[in-house]
Amino acid sequence: MSEHPYRDVAIVGVFNTIQARRLEGHDSQSIAMEAAFGALADAGIELQDVDAVVGSFAADMVLELELGPCARVQNTLGIPAVLQGAQMIAAGEADVVLLAAGGASVYLDRGATAPWTRPSNELVVSHGLFTAAEFALMARRHMLLYGTTPEQMAEVAAVIRNNGHINPDAVYFGRGPFTRDDVLNSRMIADPFHLLDCSTTSEGGCGLVLARADRADRSRAAWIYGGASDAFGPSYQVPPVWDMTGRSDLVAGYVGRQAATKVFALAGLGPDDVDVAELYDPFSFEIIRQLEAFGFCGEGEGGAFVDDGHIALGGRLPVTTDGGTMSFSHAGQNAQMLQRVIRAVEQIRGECKSAQVPDATVAICSNGGAGALFTDVMLLGSERP
Amino acid sequence: MSELLRPQEIGIPVPQIGTHSAPLWEAAQRGVVAFQRCEQCGASPHKVAVVCGRCHARNLAWVESAGRGRLYSWTVVWRPQTPVFHVPYAPAIVQMDEGFWLICSLIGLAPDDIKADLEVGIEFHAASEALQIPYARPLPR
Repeated sequence: MSEHPYRDVAIVGVFNTIQARRLEGHDSQSIAMEAAFGALADAGIELQDVDAVVGSFAADMVLELELGPCARVQNTLGIPAVLQGAQMIAAGEADVVLLAAGGASVYLDRGATAPWTRPSNELVVSHGLFTAAEFALMARRHMLLYGTTPEQMAEVAAVIRNNGHINPDAVYFGRGPFTRDDVLNSRMIADPFHLLDCSTTSEGGCGLVLARADRADRSRAAWIYGGASDAFGPSYQVPPVWDMTGRSDLVAGYVGRQAATKVFALAGLGPDDVDVAELYDPFSFEIIRQLEAFGFCGEGEGGAFVDDGHIALGGRLPVTTDGGTMSFSHAGQNAQMLQRVIRAVEQIRGECKSAQVPDATVAICSNGGAGALFTDVMLLGSERP
Repeated sequence: MSELLRPQEIGIPVPQIGTHSAPLWEAAQRGVVAFQRCEQCGASPHKVAVVCGRCHARNLAWVESAGRGRLYSWTVVWRPQTPVFHVPYAPAIVQMDEGFWLICSLIGLAPDDIKADLEVGIEFHAASEALQIPYARPLPR
């Protein structure tokens, strides 16, 4: 068997800044900069050893930190950015890759939904769509096809929010505990999603450092077992149709299945080997969908899977253990996407302040969702592949 | 008995009309749903396109729809995208009789009366002085 493509790539540093509803005095770039310093400190790597920066502010950081000559990649997404950094190391383009993201002073008009949730395409703009409505159009099809219920979605929201309730670093720390009824009794936003079925909005930054395996202290390293991305098109520009297909029979409703299949194949593992799932949680339903798309249960069985308690702490597959975008943080600008990877690393290291899954050695994480027509998947583990 | 869903008022955000989509919005001014169909394989694209997604031919023709379809999916929004939208409003996907999916908003029924596969007709209402957008109203049974 040939060598694993990420054998020489170690995730050696992760960091979250303070996350809050509002971080006075910060903008997205300044909080991302704080995150960059934090991630490097966690890795025990000096700034002058960084030879690639990935993220929205990569070029600005190279300038401000006087890192030149240095590769700069403006890739903004979470998992694809980590994979790109890993590929740069695997290909010999870089030895130490710094990723940083942050959002602050972006969402100030609270009369409207967050700016990053609003589409602008000519087909959708006049119909008042925003992410909650887009994802609701997908969730409705699942309800019609499989009988998935608002109660099952509420179970997801309660589990994830309760994970945030016990996480001292979560924006909504101590704000629970939540029951299904709390979710179902919160005001309706975009049917079937109640307020507590939806992600929150906040501000914060996060960073991650990748290094060639022989360049860093590997004692706390997490390793990339595989990563892949699926999309059916641009987000929020066309009707989010569950049954849309492209070059195979796989429907847009299960975007991410091909990616998960590739990731498990590269890792030589299957869903049963996963200890913890740091799934992206823009809306409660999205977790039910991802469980099916990634093969943790069959099509249409996601509702029953969460009903049976499998995703709660202590269950078969604890999900989104820091509280996710529903409770931990959702700063926009894709910081929240990278935070899925960061939490998976913390789980693998056994360093979570709350909700540590005992002896977690394999973690899956995801970004995106059906309502956005893309899903990224990554599998991390404790052993060098 | 809850209130019937109704069209939005003038002042909502309006489309920036794309290079290739003038026929769509010209038809809308006449109260007609226009869509593209591939003259080679008969497929319709998901958005205004220059290439057929199914067979990759470059002869997509503009066709006028009969303006009828079935409700495929919907949501009822109670927290508006921006305050210029009055609530509730109900963005919907209609599977048109000609086979393509249309994004529109439901009107003429109460939120509680929305059901899958409802037969609807498409009508247009002003989003601005210059532009009409599609709404779906249940057809009389």
